[in-house]
Amino acid sequence: MTTTPTTPQTSARTLGKVRPHQTQNEALVFEKSSPGKRAYRLAQLDVPEVDPAALLGEAHRKTPGELPELSEIEIIRHFTRLSTWNYAIDLGMYPLGSCTMKYNPRVNELVARIEGLAEAHPYRPDYLSQGQLDVIDLLQRCLIEITGMDAITLQPAAGAHGEFTGIMLVRAWHESQGNPRRKILIPDSAHGTNPATAAHCGYEVQNLKSNALGMVDLEELERMVDEDTAALMLTNPSTIGVFESDIAKIADILHAKGALLYMDGANMNALVGKARPGDFGVDVMHLNLHKTFSTPHGGGGPGSGPVACKAFLEPFLPIPVLVTDKNGQKGWNYDRPQSVGRVRAFFGNTGMFIRALAYILANGPDGLRQTTEDAVLNANYIRKKLEDVYELPYKTASMHEVVFSDKRQAAKGVRTGDIAKRLIDYGFHPYTVSFPMIVSGALMIEPTESESREELDLFIDAMRAIAQEVEDDPELVKTAPHSTRVSRLDEVTAARKPILRWKPTAK
Amino acid sequence: MRYLPKSPAERLEMLKEIGANSIDDLFSVIPAEYRLNRDLDIPRQHGESEIIEWFRTAAAKYTVRHTSFLGAGAYRHYRPVIIDSLVQRGEFLTSYTPYQAEITQGTLQAIFEFQTMIAELTGMDVANASMYDGSTGAAEAVMMAVRVTGRHKAVIATTVHPEYREVLATYTKHQGLPTSVVGYDNETGRIDLAALEAAITDETACVLVQSPNFFGIIEDIPAIAEIAHAKGALLVVSIAEAVSLGVVRPPVEADIVSMEAQSFGVALSYGGPYVGVIAAKEKYLRQMPGRLVGQTVDGNGYRGFVLTLSTREQHIRREKATSNICTNQALVALMATIFLTIYGKEGIRELAEHNLAKSAYTEKVLCAIPGAKPRFHGAPRFHEFVLQTDEAPSAWGQRLRGESIVGGIDISRWYPEMKNATLWCTTEIVPREKIDAAARLLAAVPVEA
Repeated sequence: MTTTPTTPQTSARTLGKVRPHQTQNEALVFEKSSPGKRAYRLAQLDVPEVDPAALLGEAHRKTPGELPELSEIEIIRHFTRLSTWNYAIDLGMYPLGSCTMKYNPRVNELVARIEGLAEAHPYRPDYLSQGQLDVIDLLQRCLIEITGMDAITLQPAAGAHGEFTGIMLVRAWHESQGNPRRKILIPDSAHGTNPATAAHCGYEVQNLKSNALGMVDLEELERMVDEDTAALMLTNPSTIGVFESDIAKIADILHAKGALLYMDGANMNALVGKARPGDFGVDVMHLNLHKTFSTPHGGGGPGSGPVACKAFLEPFLPIPVLVTDKNGQKGWNYDRPQSVGRVRAFFGNTGMFIRALAYILANGPDGLRQTTEDAVLNANYIRKKLEDVYELPYKTASMHEVVFSDKRQAAKGVRTGDIAKRLIDYGFHPYTVSFPMIVSGALMIEPTESESREELDLFIDAMRAIAQEVEDDPELVKTAPHSTRVSRLDEVTAARKPILRWKPTAK
Repeated sequence: MRYLPKSPAERLEMLKEIGANSIDDLFSVIPAEYRLNRDLDIPRQHGESEIIEWFRTAAAKYTVRHTSFLGAGAYRHYRPVIIDSLVQRGEFLTSYTPYQAEITQGTLQAIFEFQTMIAELTGMDVANASMYDGSTGAAEAVMMAVRVTGRHKAVIATTVHPEYREVLATYTKHQGLPTSVVGYDNETGRIDLAALEAAITDETACVLVQSPNFFGIIEDIPAIAEIAHAKGALLVVSIAEAVSLGVVRPPVEADIVSMEAQSFGVALSYGGPYVGVIAAKEKYLRQMPGRLVGQTVDGNGYRGFVLTLSTREQHIRREKATSNICTNQALVALMATIFLTIYGKEGIRELAEHNLAKSAYTEKVLCAIPGAKPRFHGAPRFHEFVLQTDEAPSAWGQRLRGESIVGGIDISRWYPEMKNATLWCTTEIVPREKIDAAARLLAAVPVEA
């Protein structure tokens, strides 16, 4: 047993919308274990018992894994207590820019658990899978319409996986034209997954500088695109929340040299129902169902990253592809000679498809448009109410997120990370601190459409109060958070001497 | 629009405070010709009751009460009730990747417990916070071996799940990583050891096998490891059926284990979301893809947990990252953690033994049918087996269909050399009466040669 206490004393200070509350200590589940406790009871075995040692021989496991042994009530309490140590969108505003933390409707969870859908084996014959295939078919058609593209695959398991799939399509198409080309252009404002993806697809990454507006520099682009450029990977709206108003010219410059325009659809929450990438020159893009279509983030997944493309890329989509025969029966087609292959076993995170489709059905065309409008309205409202106290490095019009910098506060020795930690004391999850890289000391705020005016005002009050604290008592901010069950954690030691698992103490 | 918390009047007030005349002002940065001036052509708004009805109708197109003998990488085990009640708590369900450690200790500690359980089960030193699934995890494990060894070839057993092999081929296509395949022994269904030895060269980064393999058979991991290691190659073991680890010896001789943990309390859900894992020997830690949670202390000396070693990851290393993976499967990993806590040290063994018994019984009664026999002999297996029949699988399927039973899967779609061979899986959840019913139906009709 460890002797390290697990809870610090919390400060009695009350700020903004929060007061401290008790959170019970909870040791590791292994430390709570005691031999002989049971939280399960198997059904009675209705076939003859077997002797595992005789059946398995050398392959028989003699030493079981050190899994904990607990009763059901202890397990409920353990995980319930752990849950209370988490911030969540259900507790309040979670303005993580670019991560799009929006409300996760509960009806989504209910319909995903309907037995006939949740218990469907992926290798069930198609005649038994028509309902699940209806879900996939309708979601595909909705997403094609929303993006303005011609074809789609739902197979990728997450946004970065979608990027990988999309760039594979680009590569396969260029190969079919006789040359895969060598390089991918990526703006310096891009998500880190973009360069990582391009490299994993065998491309050389070329960094494209942003202009003074934080947008793609057309001259620089023109200079860099050549017959060796496979594609530009562009996030639009960009990571500073700006719509690339020259998007059509960007597409033209690329297309003139035979290169393609890949759009990172992470920020589609700003466009749905208002503009369609397929209409402004995008050739291929991915969507993050958890960002735009309300599937829950779950502490870091599961995600789902459908890839939509123009018709000329359709032959290269991963196998299998959903088809409907002349009798209306749906099924999977594996006979796709130009396909990039398969990017995941089975058909993708279909449980997420159900949730996303439930969200689309709940909203309809008018609801989706209003959602986008509210997301953009909220971001602009925050911008307006904070731009006198926080530096706005790019004055370009904001879409769904707004990026400030810590320039004024840094003069007092307080950085964006400190302000973020202080925000925790006020009862909010911090905004994104480390991103985008073109803004030094970025405060990247994305409220989403899910926030009421009241919650936005509380957030604004908190941000303004912190700005004042930076003037009056910078140390207070630099040592935040003061109200959490653990204070700032020693990340350096964690990385230098990694402890990545619990170990039983020697007996 | 019940998800939107603003009244029309509030919207107008907010626009006024921003200094905008209308909402369209805020979208004026989008050139007019690219603005959508019509409704999207998608279904109208549905009431909640209509949404539920729509999905119930879709679900009813299945006969829910079918009994299935399907496995092949996706397994139906009983899911204890408290799993869903716990993972639906909003603090888990609606939280994000735990970047801000002070207010995400719940997710972080749960992942730390997950990493520990996976390491204990697989016999490896360390495990990551999860991968997308077993298929992508296997591909990432092979690429990890390439980074560790600096070699650029891989040897893959044909008994690895065919769809995993397809994913691997897609992943490695453009990375200068040629793969060669090694077939199986016709008698045992295990990897052909002589062919394996011949296939490994000084350039082989790793050997990838699956155990239990696609035919349900447990590979001789110590022997395979010896062959691989003798030539300086790493051994990567993929595990598609995690419950097997309750009764099957873990692949401790492996260097990297890649596992699909769907069996640990995750619904079949027509193939996903599932949860992959990579576990490895500690010395390979720095080349591991994906997120890791580490234990540390806070400013007051109290224990806490953080995401760590992120210098391997894409948001820091960009194009030089170990992987482009960003989102993992945290909530699904949490399901697995709760499942393993419920069953615990003894329960997971008992569960695995029940699976072993059910499958042994199924094999016995099916192989008693004239014209049916097990395809492989002599090697141990877990809860799946290949059945060789005189009749075509489609004929068998037709007969079972009337009784709402889905029999074994025809594997000639992946192994054309195996005509009339079906892969059967029996988990603890299949009742004996259904096993008997399947055998009766299949035996009742005269067998045509």
